[in-house]
Amino acid sequence: MHTSASPTVTFDAQGLRAGAMKTLPVAMGVAVYGLVYGMLAGQAGMTPGEVTAMSALVFAGASQFVALDLWLDPLPVGPLIIMALIVNLRHVLMGAAIQPWFSRLSPLKAYGSLFFMVDESWALTIKDFADGQRRGAFMLGSGLVLFATWLAASLGGLLAGAMVPDPARFGLDFAFTAAFIALLAGLWRGKSDLPIWLAAGIVAVICSQLLPGKWYILAGGLAGGLTGALRHD
Amino acid sequence: MTDATPMLTIAGMAAVTYLTRAAGLFITNRVRITPRTEAFLSAIPGAVLVSIIAPAAFTQGPAEAGAALGTLAVVARTKNLPLSMAVGIALVWALRQIL
Repeated sequence: MHTSASPTVTFDAQGLRAGAMKTLPVAMGVAVYGLVYGMLAGQAGMTPGEVTAMSALVFAGASQFVALDLWLDPLPVGPLIIMALIVNLRHVLMGAAIQPWFSRLSPLKAYGSLFFMVDESWALTIKDFADGQRRGAFMLGSGLVLFATWLAASLGGLLAGAMVPDPARFGLDFAFTAAFIALLAGLWRGKSDLPIWLAAGIVAVICSQLLPGKWYILAGGLAGGLTGALRHD
Repeated sequence: MTDATPMLTIAGMAAVTYLTRAAGLFITNRVRITPRTEAFLSAIPGAVLVSIIAPAAFTQGPAEAGAALGTLAVVARTKNLPLSMAVGIALVWALRQIL
């Protein structure tokens, strides 16, 4: 990861604006995900205040969807926090990938911008850097647009979803599973994922019959991660 | 009386999530990530989603299993989240009437 980049990386309004502008088309897709998230959050019994705090502070779609599956009474605090950590471990790799550029920013600018690193802002920033740009504020500009979009859409979805009574009658209880399947398809990287996903699925199904609560998700996730690590040569 | 547990839980989730965002830069400023660790980390998100889906799709009954496969077929072709969800929901509703 210690490749040599150009010695200067800027951090200015021009980079901020460029990041924001390039993100606008992507923000449309994020708005749809946010609306779906808000609706499902309402089904899971989350309040507007909780959804606001979750979208503003955690600000990580996949882990927020996963948390809905665990949003039970009484709240399983430990599993929720561990799952957030596990699902978001991919951020470690994303942060590592932008190190050649971000290591040239002050710690405040670099670690402040990283709060706004989500899949979309990271992908756009990496592309901008790969194109030879040196705009250190690009991620912040991109992330701020996505942050505002995600927060507004999840609250909008929550309010809209509150208008549907008795969701199970219309098969809407299956919306969770359908949403997860759709999200999963976006993560497919190729045939090398097949053994990983098989291991995860088999371990999860077995553990769901044997373990209490939602620990089967953690067991399956770790089984898949280990499969990926073992198959790596 | 309001229960502080949900907000404290969200704060805890936010803290560990920020740690994952900061860790990549922090670690690679100091040491290299091995390819095997990278393979482990990159396999996790998909594996977690599969682990959520598989029991919900395959231990609830034929309607759920059929709707799950239908959703997968639509999303694989279209990559469209709302459309795939709509098909999945309609399928589970219809299959529950029939089966």
